[in-house]
Amino acid sequence: MVAPAALRVVRCGGSSFHGARAVFSADSKQVGPGPGPGPGYLLCASGDFVKMYSVATEETLRLMGGHADLVTGIQLNPHNHVQLYSSSLDGTIKLWDFMDGIPIKTFTVGSKLLALYALASFEDSVFVVIPKRGERATFQLVSVKLTKAAGQDLEAKELSVVLDGVDASPKSIAFGREGEYVASVKEIDLQVYFFKQKQLNRFSVSAAKTKSGNNQFTCIACHPTEDCIATGHADGKIRIWRNFYHKKEYIYSTLHWHHDTVMDLAFSVEGDSLLSGGVESVLVLWHNQSECEKDFLPRLGSPIEYISMASDGTLCCTLHTDNRITIINSNLRFARSIQGLIKSADIKTGLVVDPRTKALVLNGEPGHLQFYCLQSDQQLFSLDIVQRQYIHQAGLNQADLVKVAFSARGKWLATVEEREEVTDPELQLKLWFYDEEAQSFKLNTRINMPHEDQITDLCFRDMDELEDDSVILVTTGRDRVFKVWVIVEDTDPEAQQSVSWSCDFIGSYHNYQATNCCFSEDGSLLAVSFEETVTVWDSVTWDLKCTFCHPPGKIRNICFGRLTCSKYLIGVSDDGFLCCWNLLSCALEWSAHLNILVLQPDPLSEYIAAVSWLSKESSLFVFKPNEPRPIYIQRNLCREKIQLAAFIPRDEPETVGSEKYLWLRRSQLFFLTDTQELMTLSTKSLQERLTPASKQLAVEESLPVTPFSLLLGKHRRQQSQDDIDLGKLFVRNKCEQDSPAVKELLHTPAHVLPSASFLCPIFINSLLISKENKSAEEVADEVEMESEKPEDDSDEERDVTEMEQENTSPLELFGEMTCKLPKSQEKELRKIRKVDYSWISAF
Amino acid sequence: MATYKPVVVQAIPKLGERITQDTLYWRGYKTPVQIKEFGAVNKIDFSPVSPYNYAVTASSRIHIYGRYSQEPIKTFSRFKDAAYCATYRDDGNLLVAGSEEGSIRLFDLSGRAPLRQFDGPTKAVHVVGFLSDKYRIFSGGDDYSSNLWDIPSGTEIVSYNEHTDYVRCGCASKVNADVFITGSYDHTVKLFDARTEGSVMTIEHGHPVESVLLFPSGGLLVSAGGRYVKVWDVLKGGQLLVSLKNHHKTVTCLCLNSSGQRLLSGSLDRHVKVYSTTSYKVVHSFNYATSILSLALSPEDETIVVGMTNGVLNVKHRKPEERKENSQNKRQPAYRTYVKGRTYVPKQEDFCVSKPVKHVLRKYDKMLKSFQSSKALDAVLEPPIRLYTPEVTVAVMQELHRRGTLRSALAGRDEKQINLLLTFVARRVIEPRFTPVLVTVADMITDIYQPVVGQSAVVDRQFVKLQEAIGKEIDYQEELLEVLGMMDTLFATFTKKTATYVEEKKSNGLTETIETNMNN
Repeated sequence: MVAPAALRVVRCGGSSFHGARAVFSADSKQVGPGPGPGPGYLLCASGDFVKMYSVATEETLRLMGGHADLVTGIQLNPHNHVQLYSSSLDGTIKLWDFMDGIPIKTFTVGSKLLALYALASFEDSVFVVIPKRGERATFQLVSVKLTKAAGQDLEAKELSVVLDGVDASPKSIAFGREGEYVASVKEIDLQVYFFKQKQLNRFSVSAAKTKSGNNQFTCIACHPTEDCIATGHADGKIRIWRNFYHKKEYIYSTLHWHHDTVMDLAFSVEGDSLLSGGVESVLVLWHNQSECEKDFLPRLGSPIEYISMASDGTLCCTLHTDNRITIINSNLRFARSIQGLIKSADIKTGLVVDPRTKALVLNGEPGHLQFYCLQSDQQLFSLDIVQRQYIHQAGLNQADLVKVAFSARGKWLATVEEREEVTDPELQLKLWFYDEEAQSFKLNTRINMPHEDQITDLCFRDMDELEDDSVILVTTGRDRVFKVWVIVEDTDPEAQQSVSWSCDFIGSYHNYQATNCCFSEDGSLLAVSFEETVTVWDSVTWDLKCTFCHPPGKIRNICFGRLTCSKYLIGVSDDGFLCCWNLLSCALEWSAHLNILVLQPDPLSEYIAAVSWLSKESSLFVFKPNEPRPIYIQRNLCREKIQLAAFIPRDEPETVGSEKYLWLRRSQLFFLTDTQELMTLSTKSLQERLTPASKQLAVEESLPVTPFSLLLGKHRRQQSQDDIDLGKLFVRNKCEQDSPAVKELLHTPAHVLPSASFLCPIFINSLLISKENKSAEEVADEVEMESEKPEDDSDEERDVTEMEQENTSPLELFGEMTCKLPKSQEKELRKIRKVDYSWISAF
Repeated sequence: MATYKPVVVQAIPKLGERITQDTLYWRGYKTPVQIKEFGAVNKIDFSPVSPYNYAVTASSRIHIYGRYSQEPIKTFSRFKDAAYCATYRDDGNLLVAGSEEGSIRLFDLSGRAPLRQFDGPTKAVHVVGFLSDKYRIFSGGDDYSSNLWDIPSGTEIVSYNEHTDYVRCGCASKVNADVFITGSYDHTVKLFDARTEGSVMTIEHGHPVESVLLFPSGGLLVSAGGRYVKVWDVLKGGQLLVSLKNHHKTVTCLCLNSSGQRLLSGSLDRHVKVYSTTSYKVVHSFNYATSILSLALSPEDETIVVGMTNGVLNVKHRKPEERKENSQNKRQPAYRTYVKGRTYVPKQEDFCVSKPVKHVLRKYDKMLKSFQSSKALDAVLEPPIRLYTPEVTVAVMQELHRRGTLRSALAGRDEKQINLLLTFVARRVIEPRFTPVLVTVADMITDIYQPVVGQSAVVDRQFVKLQEAIGKEIDYQEELLEVLGMMDTLFATFTKKTATYVEEKKSNGLTETIETNMNN
């Protein structure tokens, strides 16, 4: 099924939305899936892709890829509302049909495109910002004539410069009402160019630096109906400019609420109100451009990067610096938010896998832990760990989450938060208990200052048996000790049995800083690294068993081997050595000279992945501890430094063609780069991975829902599912719904139809026919249900269950028939073919 | 979109006594009534029938007290020498008492003269009681014997001479009319069956037995002697269930509460301890002025009566249940408007739409929400918060520090406010839970108001006070460190011995269990 193709590095989430403002699809023409009017889709640039979201369901409907570099601008085609222009750093403008996700045309401009503007008043040209030839860091706004010639790939070389010396940011240029003028800001200058008069006016504000910052321009917005320009400044002021036809007699008024840079401005569709946002993560609505009338939408979570309005004014959306999209109602009510992988300033927690949901867990919003679902590229939920109001202000030192660990079954969660400060550092260890009823984690114990200095690592004892109260947590700290925490039951005899955590043992080794800790697979041994030395402790008596070291390197990471390799201990030292010690002989088994940054054992197999960083490229090594030769090497994994990696167990083992990729069978390796892009290794091509799901969704989404279609649609959908399940077998069934009786019933005008009593038997009959068919459907449903069950048992077992299924019911096998057809199944197929389908021809 | 998160006030677990349901229950007694008796009170017994009078045996008299009376309503004083162990019969009509001269007397509560007098024992009879068939009396005395008497005929039925020392306590089974137990100074508790010739069971307590008690079910036996209270399983042949050592002097009396869930023990160490009979842990403890000799609890735990060695009778009555009728009355007019429908319990098929809960923010949270730092600090410096919940004040200070606005919140204050702040800091800075934050605050205050030092005598005095407090704390810490150093050296010398010590202890435990098994 899978060709033994080379492994490809696939980006699977976390791309930044920072390319451009998001765009709402035009309303009215199409019926949105949600109740009531309003735009149905939201489009935004995400890395090299353009993503389309459903506003109603927050789901990613389509991913439009084709650009070779970052997408810098997207605009709806002002003359056709289902088309979209997108520009990219790779020098092309693409025209998309976003309803179908097809690129219609590609215009090659030739130089980097930094922003894109499309206007209704300019028939066949768009405006782009390009770097000026021969000069660095100077940009110009040019208009590009898009030729109407046939063909997919076209050259667009007809450029005419409109404005010179503009800023590269897409927020620094805005077009006035009906495209009469264009305004651009750069540093302290505002330029306004009138197209008709061909007149350029320049204004500038004083460059005086005030206490709160300078008053450089940061963004600009033009009033949709009046001659009025709003500009945002770095010191938090908003200036409203009027009468700017005159070079001298222009007037401006100032609105000041923001205490820091105004990041973006947007006028409402009628122009009676102005929206502004900034670092404070508060969306401010200014009524009638007056200082006193304003409304706020506070605590949006993170600084606002872009604000965009829907063309009918019912919705607006804000893009945040942490890659979140918030959709806001016209009455300034929070509607919903679309969140993928939330980007946080610094991922200190590492990539952790939640054993319960198999979600990736890492730092989210400040002080929160995000559970990110890889399958749907959505945030499952965000757990508030710090539980304090986060103040969005630069230079504030606020508590953040630094370490996270889950117990083996996900019953306990341990988090460490700290606030670095010289005088009184705050450190808290929190233990959370998973509450089955509430389906979320509840705080069980909070320990203030568990260590006197930073906590460097923590781990639970991974006992795979039923988790009773024998769970042990180990924390290592810079205060040169490691501590063992255990569950104790409350002493109060009458209180309901509640448990809490307390310290059981404190261990140290020659007064060295403890840096890492790790339990062996069976939980009997604890390895703690103290700078250069790895110490191994008995987890029952807490006796020091033995020590390993590889001087002069300090230990960066340690892990135990698993399954067949459980007698090995792997350590990585910061002088560039990977060492493997044998725990039975207490000797060094082998070592390799590699600068390993990330060491990640697969929880389901004995393979260990190591990512090295050498001369500007990351390489991946996969090895088994019992042999020094790696099983798989991928050089030049990516250009960025890889910070973190995690193995995520697959729902069911993948069939892997080549022996080389056997390590990918049970779990999938994900890694996160410096720029917080989540990558994975895959043998499948991108199309295979993405298209089927999204296509199906789009079809259903675009269907108008009527009672009748509900009645028939359900019927039809099941039919189509059958077709998929049974391959070509039931192709003939299709004619059932096209059968003359039903067709006549549906297409004949109501006034010529015979009486209902006459039609009823025919229609009922048509339904009855499918009754036999339905039983097959039901079986198919059952098969589906079964395959949904997590199957983490080994492949052999799987085969056995298949055999059993064969014996019980031949029909159950249909779901798998398309995959492979062993002889026994082919026999079954033949049997089915022999069944008489002549009843179908009755119609 | 997130809502405003209120300031987290760190709750520090309180040291010492934890407030539990039990402490609340046992604290619910009024201040005690003290009644002076003529001598040491050796027995208190409650009448099992309403109105729950109680008989107090002290010196040569038996006083009957009513529930709330401080004067005896009846006195039996026909004893030549000390009387002992006045005990009610199950129906509350008869009372029996032993005496120093060796006779046992049976009184009718309505009469004055004894109905019967059982003469026989030559020495003092310290323990008497009715068997549960109401017609027989058992007794134990200083002549080492345990006897059984018949009330109608006034004769001795049987006499057991198995104890080898004074018999000082006893108890009859409520389940079986033939069974009674006696405890003696020969360290044993013996269980007798009136139908047999000798004792049925002997339990080795290990110390002179001062008090014995049978559970209402008759299955468990509690004995007190020396510093120990031991619970034995009678049905398992007298196996030791648990041994409690919570007193540091001899335990003199035992008592069960009316529900049988709690066991009370009084001791010469002036304490009454309350144990849970499920976990056998101390759930509450009472303190008294002098050594306790006797203890009784009225039905429904309405009254605790404790007799002391100095002849003082300490009576505690339970506080009446507080009824909040007043507040109910107040709310009555609004009842229809606000309480309507609240008592409605949704049925299973009902679809519940819950009203969003409105969070009411405290004043300081409101101020912090709108970034008004100075006002937030003012709010937490108001007397009730500052005095009773200093942790809130400190939490807000910490939050301000976290926001970087603590300095501006502290600045610009007048003499009165600085005085207030400094008083608070000087008083609380030595509390370990507040120290980190308040040191920062003190630092900032001195920084900010350094230029104006010397202008106000009040503020200057506070600064000196702060200095003194910190100086004292530093001295204290130094001393503690010295002690820690000493302890470390001691521990270092002991480390090697601990391993063997643990082993020894283990072996001891083993032999102990073997011993008890042999005894059984």
